Amino acid sequence: MQYIIEAENLTKKFNGFTAVDRIRFHVNAGECFGILGPNGAGKTTTVRMVYGFSPKTAGTLNVFGLDIEKDWRRVKSRIGVCQQENSLDPDLSVEQNLLVFARYFDIPASRAREKAQQLLTFISLDNRRSAKVSELSGGMMRRMILARSLINDPELLILDEPTTGLDPQARHQLWQRLEELKAGGLTILLTTHYMDEASRLCDRLVIMDHGKILVEGKPADLIREHVGHNVIEVDDPAENLREFVKSQSLEFEDLGHRLIIYSQGKDDLFHEIGNRFCTGGCILRMATLEDVFLKLTGRELKE
Amino acid sequence: MTTLFSVSISRRFWRVWQRNFTVYQKIWKISFIPPLFEPLFYLLAFGLGLGTLVGKISYHGTQVSYLAFIAPALIAVNIMNNSFFENTYASFVRMYHQKTFDAMLATPLSIDEIITGEIIWGATKSLIGTVIMLAVISLFGLIRYPSGLLIIPLAFLGGIAFGSLGMYFTGITPTIDMFNLPIFLFVTPMFLFSGTFFPIDNLPAWAQVVAQFLPLTHLVNLVRAFGFGTVDARLLWSAAYLFIFSIVFFPLALLKMRKRLIK
Repeated sequence: MQYIIEAENLTKKFNGFTAVDRIRFHVNAGECFGILGPNGAGKTTTVRMVYGFSPKTAGTLNVFGLDIEKDWRRVKSRIGVCQQENSLDPDLSVEQNLLVFARYFDIPASRAREKAQQLLTFISLDNRRSAKVSELSGGMMRRMILARSLINDPELLILDEPTTGLDPQARHQLWQRLEELKAGGLTILLTTHYMDEASRLCDRLVIMDHGKILVEGKPADLIREHVGHNVIEVDDPAENLREFVKSQSLEFEDLGHRLIIYSQGKDDLFHEIGNRFCTGGCILRMATLEDVFLKLTGRELKE
Repeated sequence: MTTLFSVSISRRFWRVWQRNFTVYQKIWKISFIPPLFEPLFYLLAFGLGLGTLVGKISYHGTQVSYLAFIAPALIAVNIMNNSFFENTYASFVRMYHQKTFDAMLATPLSIDEIITGEIIWGATKSLIGTVIMLAVISLFGLIRYPSGLLIIPLAFLGGIAFGSLGMYFTGITPTIDMFNLPIFLFVTPMFLFSGTFFPIDNLPAWAQVVAQFLPLTHLVNLVRAFGFGTVDARLLWSAAYLFIFSIVFFPLALLKMRKRLIK
């Protein structure tokens, strides 16, 4: 089967700085594919190349089996893009934002009105159609950007950090809409640095750092492979516990006042550590994608 | 670097023009006021106030009133201002602050189409302003017809010339405050020294030569000749100048905006 996106040795350099470094990935039809990474990892640069905003420096990049460089207009007419920054048109009303955007795709006016109505209902903004964009809340604006990106019935939806800066209610609202779209068979490419978002939405994902892809896989598989099922966290660990984990050659991270031990399938480890070394502040929890992320990309500040 | 968009101006630039027209329709009542009243203020202040001191002015051998002399120049200045300010401040706000161009670049529009649509829109604003001003000034009997009708298509050409120049500055200007520089260096001197408020012949010889390089000089020449009905072959040079000026600055504007927008 043909891939929706296929990147080989995709590279982007800005004045000698390599933002994306020979990455390779593909996206299947109907799946939600995530690109995770800390700030500056090259996520946005990657998706910008995919939707034809930034020209690549090297490598090959096909979308719908078409070369984005040659067939950019055909590709762009079949994708929807939610950019990271709010690019809604403040000179236009909510409904006009959709209608004017539809014109950029050469969608006939009557069809555009129909579609706009349908989308405003979908994002629960049909009662705000004549509102100014500046009157909308952050969550409403994000939903509007989503609606706008769907105006051309795209076959591929690209979301660049869609929920950054939103409150929990607004994030869940948006996730629900995205899940509905996914259930409808839409292919989604998503960048995020929220692990809960990625776990919830992505069928497959890559974790990037410094322009390179570190790992690729299904969220659950990545957790099992790199961290195991459970994680033990110990506050103010005793010195003999440190010696114990070293002697058992367990994988762990020492943050000074806290020790994080990856159980790696050893289910009775917590009882052993709990009985022998813990006086309190010792917890066992499910491993999450965040553990994988921090393990692979490090805990130091990125900026 | 630019290979991605190297082709490509299709009729889709019209969509960008339409976007601006849709916004204009929302505020047209306010947009109509300046070209309606501005000429009245100027005619009152310069024509009646200053005109009584100046008396008659010699233009191509005939004596004309000061009011009649400056009326076409006001139209020419308006043509310059409309497109230049639209394609500097207004385009810059859309590009930089509103991210309108970024949003357009995620659709089947090319950078060239966006910039072309913006410049054609700037010229359209020159044209709309001119039609309104022409109507007002004609009420004073200061425009001869039918030659005066030629000012309307001329407004569009002038709009393309000054809009392309403005867009070129938008392509190279780091922040919106920096537009003060081209305005101080180009627009204000042109406003004063392009045969607008006094004949170029009154300037020292060297300044007359400099004035021949200012696009507004040629636009004023043409509007005045069309308004007075004194059309002759010498105007071909002025028309050619504006045409060449557009042909040079339009692609330069595209080039600089591509450089600015393609990341």
